[in-house]
Amino acid sequence: MSIAAISFFFVCGAVAIASALITVTQNNPIRAAFSLLAHIIALAGLFIGLQGHFLAVIQLIIYAGVVVVLFIFTIMYIGPVPKPESAGRPSFAKLFSIAGMVVVTGAVTYAALGYSPALKGLNTCPEAVAECGQFGGVEAFSAALFRGGVVPFELISILLTVAVVGAIMVARGRLIYREKPRRKKQELSIENNR
Amino acid sequence: MEVQLGHYLALASIIFGIGAIGFLTRRNVLIQLMSIELMLNSVNLTLLAFNRWASSDHAGQMFAFFVIAVAAAEAAVGLAIVVGFFRLHHTVHTDQANTLKH
Repeated sequence: MSIAAISFFFVCGAVAIASALITVTQNNPIRAAFSLLAHIIALAGLFIGLQGHFLAVIQLIIYAGVVVVLFIFTIMYIGPVPKPESAGRPSFAKLFSIAGMVVVTGAVTYAALGYSPALKGLNTCPEAVAECGQFGGVEAFSAALFRGGVVPFELISILLTVAVVGAIMVARGRLIYREKPRRKKQELSIENNR
Repeated sequence: MEVQLGHYLALASIIFGIGAIGFLTRRNVLIQLMSIELMLNSVNLTLLAFNRWASSDHAGQMFAFFVIAVAAAEAAVGLAIVVGFFRLHHTVHTDQANTLKH
């Protein structure tokens, strides 16, 4: 493995960890969303290093192009919200969860660092198979997907359709208007004018 | 020195830990959803790393593909719930989500 590949791994990994830390510690949701974008791009670089070229492209399109944009749309729609009052001292549950996750993550990281099986060469498929491209490329991946995963692939399309319909039903929020017509009259008029 | 499988697994575990800490400690529901995305991404990294070291088929990459699709659906539904929650309470603070308690 060349020096370039090693330094690529460490640069992408450092960017991924740093942007993940910024994402969870940032108070401004817009900055957190852009930090998540940097994290996703770094992970796509790591995917390329792992011979997952097609998945790196999918990662960029779906996450960077769809999920982060959806986050930013939602943040823009909601607008600035006042900070909650009780942001002063960290509670016991918060400290306990941080300590527990640090211990568990440290143990798993320590155990994983010693695990180093030998890297075998990439599989070269037999001559008779026509659609045999590079490992992780579009040809090889789609051949594997449509041979071994057709049913889950179709189920995913149903899941996405149901999710879109459910998201529209939840976000439209007609039930709220019907159930509380009197109690929130002031706010309702504001809502309807929007 | 070479980049081993353990390095990828350690990196993924660190990212998962950061995401889990963010999900457990933050009270902004948008940041919590982003933390969930961080955790799903780290699992994808693990799947691709294992698939690179056991490269007789594309099983890990297929799993990562499905995880990405499910994560997209989860983000859509989660953000719709955030919008509905904001309409109801005019906040994104999850401590205010106590309607079922009363």
